[in-house]
This record gives sequence, structure tokens and C-alpha cells, in this order.
Amino acid sequence: MFRFDNEAIGYQGVTILNGISLDIKAGEKVALVGESGAGKSTLLMALQSRNRTNSAFIPQNPGLVRTLSVFHNIYMGSLSQHSTFYNLLNLIWPQKKEIALISPIVEKLGLIDKLFDRSGELSGGQQQRTAVCRALLQGGEAVLGDEPVSAVDNHQSRIIIQALCDSFETVVLAMHDVELALEYSTRIIGIKNAKIALDAPTNSLLRSDLDFLYTA
Amino acid sequence: MRLPTAYCAAILIFFTRLKSLSTFPTARTVSLGFVVVAVGCLVFADLSITTLDPWTEMKRMGMGFVTPNFFAVTNIGKVMIQTIAFAMCGVALGAFFGFFLAQVFHIALVRWSCAFVRAIHELFWALILLQILGLTPLTGVLAIAIPYAGICAKVYAETLEESQPAVLQVLPAGSGIVSIFFFARLPDVWVHIKNYTSYRFECGLRSSAVLGFIGLPTMGFYLETAFSEGNYSEAAALLLLFYGLIASLRFWLKPRLLGFYLVAAPFLLGEGASIRFDNVIRFFTSDIVPAPLRDHDLALTQTWSSFADWLQMLLIDQALPGIIATLLLTQIALVCTGFLTLALFPLISDKFFGKLGRTIGQLLLIVLRSTPEFILAYIFLQLWGPSMLPAIVALSLHNGAIIAHLIGRYSQSLVLRADSPKGFNLYGYEILPRVYGQFLAFLFYRWEVIMRETAILGILGIATLGFFIDSAMADIRLDRAILLILITAILNIFIDSLSRYFRSHLRLSQQIESS
Repeated sequence: MFRFDNEAIGYQGVTILNGISLDIKAGEKVALVGESGAGKSTLLMALQSRNRTNSAFIPQNPGLVRTLSVFHNIYMGSLSQHSTFYNLLNLIWPQKKEIALISPIVEKLGLIDKLFDRSGELSGGQQQRTAVCRALLQGGEAVLGDEPVSAVDNHQSRIIIQALCDSFETVVLAMHDVELALEYSTRIIGIKNAKIALDAPTNSLLRSDLDFLYTA
Repeated sequence: MRLPTAYCAAILIFFTRLKSLSTFPTARTVSLGFVVVAVGCLVFADLSITTLDPWTEMKRMGMGFVTPNFFAVTNIGKVMIQTIAFAMCGVALGAFFGFFLAQVFHIALVRWSCAFVRAIHELFWALILLQILGLTPLTGVLAIAIPYAGICAKVYAETLEESQPAVLQVLPAGSGIVSIFFFARLPDVWVHIKNYTSYRFECGLRSSAVLGFIGLPTMGFYLETAFSEGNYSEAAALLLLFYGLIASLRFWLKPRLLGFYLVAAPFLLGEGASIRFDNVIRFFTSDIVPAPLRDHDLALTQTWSSFADWLQMLLIDQALPGIIATLLLTQIALVCTGFLTLALFPLISDKFFGKLGRTIGQLLLIVLRSTPEFILAYIFLQLWGPSMLPAIVALSLHNGAIIAHLIGRYSQSLVLRADSPKGFNLYGYEILPRVYGQFLAFLFYRWEVIMRETAILGILGIATLGFFIDSAMADIRLDRAILLILITAILNIFIDSLSRYFRSHLRLSQQIESS
């Protein structure tokens, strides 16, 4: 699914991660952990550019068009599945078929009463859930999420991650909540000092095995 | 004649040599330089008052303005509606084509063409189009639409270029550029584009009113008649209605009503002569061909030597004095605009005046910036006769009021410490240093606008490039007029790039004028 062979990964010409060797197979549920600024986002972006056609992406900045409604922001996940004419029609005049398709997703994430509100007027957590809904609608083989639950409470975090794991065969999420990472992932990748410092199946790890990633 | 030529040449050489300086001069030095240049220009400028008794006329005009007579103008409603209709059609067409041109603005040819069409003032476009299409509604609409398309294309393209929404990163592969544009790019900048277009419509109203001066059925036509007959109460009524129109824009220019306006406007332009296609063809195949080459054997050397004489006559006797007068007037008006801005902006700032004072200041600025400089110049010319004085006063008042409005509003946003000084100390130590960069940025933006207007004021009889263009048009020597318009456009593009050069080197930037 995603494969790196001793590669340097950078962002805008600056190398951030060195000697990355990685092979993520279909069906894996991967949690990326490490201090903020360690390079999780960089790695995710590299993964995305490897396989853009089959993967949905949830960036840290939720990547919404603030002046468009929640509905339209979610619909953008399916732009490539429709003709340009249909896209523009739905932009001006939301189609019943699309509303019927999007409503259950929004319902599950508790946003249904906000469906036609402007996304720019929502709270941070609501915006994040909108971005998750967009990825869910887009579908595909894999989802790549950069802290997709950083702004929502514990209860909703679990609903969101469960929904992502149910909808996508392969899941790669950067997470700051170690408990949650251990709970849902099958594999943990820890980044420290611009390298992959830990890469192991989750069931072989204890909570304390991750502590070293967060100490100097 | 030789002295001002040398002076202008020296200024131009100085500007072009700036590049070779190792460190770019500071904002203070640049400002001082412009003031020195303007004072030098004053030496050569003709500032005489030639009318016999300007005071009596001014008194009569003043009396007229305090006793406006709204019933003196026949069909005053029709005049206003036609003025709006021309603005609506012209700006809508200009914005529409500008929007499409903005999508291909990365192509150099498009960029240059846009720079070229917007370097030619809408009145010059109207004069050209009059020759091709005659006195028809289409002439007025296109005269606004063509230059506005060039301006809108540039501003829309810059706006779109500056926006790099994060959403682009997450859209599924294969979303299609049209869908991406309308879902991700356009919504991101829509407010900006909307505000700018409505600002353009306000400019369009002024352009439309001024087009009346060359015979189209808009406000300027009736204003000129009223002034020339000395009916100042009638002129006052027209102007007051025009201010009302602009001041009330936000009440009647509603997105919901726009569709209705756009459908109705083309039918409200009034009647005109019908377009004659033989005129169109003659214009392109005969009228604009230089006279010595027209119907002459191009193989003969005699043809070409008479063409050389023609060119020399045009360049030395008309273009050169026209360019000099245009440059002198532009530089003086630019610096006067600057001084006036610095004097006017405190009037609308809460840092200096209370509510009552600010309301009076606002009113003054609205009147000054809503009156097209062409009309202001026309009024002062009636009073003082054709010299550079009316032009300088008109240009400074109009442009000064525009920049003062923007700077005044900006100064409101400044947060001062509680024990800051008062009065002139406050102005000099706290406010001016903070707004000066913005002020210079706006002034440099206005430089090119002032030059374009300076050229056009020639139509009123001031010896700038427009004077020679208008005379050539009146003599039906279109070959000369077109060449002079080309020269004007080139001069304008030169000032535009000079202004951009100063702004980038002084690191001045500003928000797009969307007020």
C-alpha cells in the first residue's frame, strides 16, 4: 500500500526525516506517535503523495472552504465521482440524492443540525468532524489523518476513529493521545529525532514502551 | 520650451538611474525628492487665472449651489436612469470578461493586452469608438467595458493568485479543474471579488456620468449644458442627485436585485444612431492609416519621406509638448494630493475629532470623492479659465479625498497608549509615523490614475496630451489621434511600472481598494 526504502523526506526543500524505510500493508491500522514537531505531518503528506488516487486525507488544519456550507464541504470528497455539470448544479442547488447520501454520515458524527451552516462559523471540533465526514464520503482503500480528533472530546474521538476503521481497509492516523492509539491500532510507528524510533505491532507493546518518545 | 524639455528629461533619467544606487533611498528621501521635483515643475507650469471676473462668477455659482432646482432639468429621472444603465452594462461586461481573462492571466500576451487597454482612459476609448460606431449606446457601454475588463482581469487574477486554500490538498485526485475552481478557489475569494466589483461599479457611475461630456445621454451632457448656460441651480440639482445615488449605493445595489438590473439595463440605454458598417470598415482600413501613406504608392521614396515629415511634425510639435505638460501637471497634482490627504484624513478620524466634526468631515470627503475629477476640473475651468490651476486643484481634491478616506479609516484602527499627546503632537509623533507607509502606498497607486486623468483633462482645453488628441479628433485626423493615444498609453504604462518599482523597493503594500 505505502512503501519507503531508506528515503529522506522533506517539505519545501528542507529535509525533515532521514532514512525512512517503511512498508504499510493493506488492512493495517497504524498510529503515528511522537512529540509535536517530530515530523508526523511530514510523513503523512509523503504517504498521501505516494497514493493520492486511493486515499482520503484529513489534514490538521481541517482544509475547509469557510464560505461554503458543511454539506458542500463534505460533498467535495466526491467531486471526482461526478461530472463537472452535476458538481456545479449541486453547488447552486443541493441535490436530494446527495443530501440523502451525506445525511447518515453527518448524523453519526452529530452534525446533522449544522448541515447547511457555513463551515467557517463552526467551532474547531465541528470543523474537524466536517473534515472527517468529507473523508468518509470520499472513501477509498486508505485514510490518512493528521490528528483528526485533537479538538473533540473523548467520547466523540472513539466514534470518529471507529467510523474511520469501519470505512477504510487501511488507516494511518497521527495521534497525540497514546491511550487512544493503543486502543485502536494494530501497529504503532514512533518518530523521534527525525527517524523512525519505534515500529511494532500494538499487541506487543505496553503503555510505558512509548514513554521514551516523549522524553529528551 | 527647451527648458521644460530638459527638466522632464532630467527627471526621467533620474528615475531610471535609481536602479544603479547601492542602497535604495528611504521613504523620507523619496518623499522629499517628489516634493522637490513638484516645486521644480511649478516653475514651468502655467497657473494663470484668465477669466475677467472670477469672483462674481464664483459668487453666482455658490448661490446656485445653495438653491438647487430639481425641476429645472427636463426628464431628470431619465437622466439618472440612463447614467446608471450605462454604468451597469459597462461594468457588468467588463467584470464578466475580466473574470475570464483572469483565468488566463499567466499568458504574457493577455497580461500585456490588459495593461494596454487599461492604460487608455474610458473617455479616449469613447472618442475612438465614436468614430467607429457613431453616437450609439454601444459606444458608451464599450468605452467603460473595455478598460474595466483590463482592470478587473488584473485585480481578479492577483486575488486568485494570493489565495492558496488548504482544501486543495485534500480534494480527491481527478476532481476536474472546473469543479475545483468553483468549489475550492472561488468561494475562498468571493467576498473580495464581490467588494471589488461593487467598488468598480461606483467608479463606473462616475465614468458613465463623464461620458455625457462627449455627447452620450448621461448626466455629464446635461451638466455641461447647465453650466454653459449659467444655470447653476440646475447643475447643483444634478450633482446633488448624483451624490445621493452614490451615497445610497448600499441600499439599492443588492445581490438579490442584481439580476433584475442586469436584464433591465440594456433596454434603458436610450436610442442612438444605427451602426454603419461602412464606417467600421473605413476606420480600420483608411482612417487610422497615417495620411501620407493613405492612397499613396508605398514603393516610392517620396511617400516615405513625407511620412517622416508627418511623424516628425506630430512628435515634435504635438506629442512632446503634450508629454511635458502631462508630466508637469501629474507631478504637481501628485504632491498636492499628498499634502491634501495629510491635511484631510484627521477630519474623519476619532483620534482627532468628535462625532459632529467627523460627520462634517465625512460629508466633505464624500462630496469630493464622488465628483469625478473631470467634472471638478470643468467647474474650476469655468471659473478661472484654461490653465493648469483648475486641473491641479481638481485632481488634488478628488484624489486627496479618496486617500484621506482610506487613511482616516485606517487611523481609527490604531490603538494608542492612554497618556498619548494631543493635537499636533499626537498627529506628528503618534499617528503620522504609523500611517505614512500606507499613505505612500496609496499615493503611488494613485500616481498612474492621476496621470491618466491629467491626459484626459486636455479635452477641456489644458494643453496636456488629451488636448492634442481631442483637436486631432475634431479635425477628423484619426491617424494622428490614434498615434497620440498610443503614446499616452505607453507613458501611462511607464508610470505604472515606476510606481510598482517604488512600492516594492520601499516595501509598501496595501489592501486592494475595496471601499
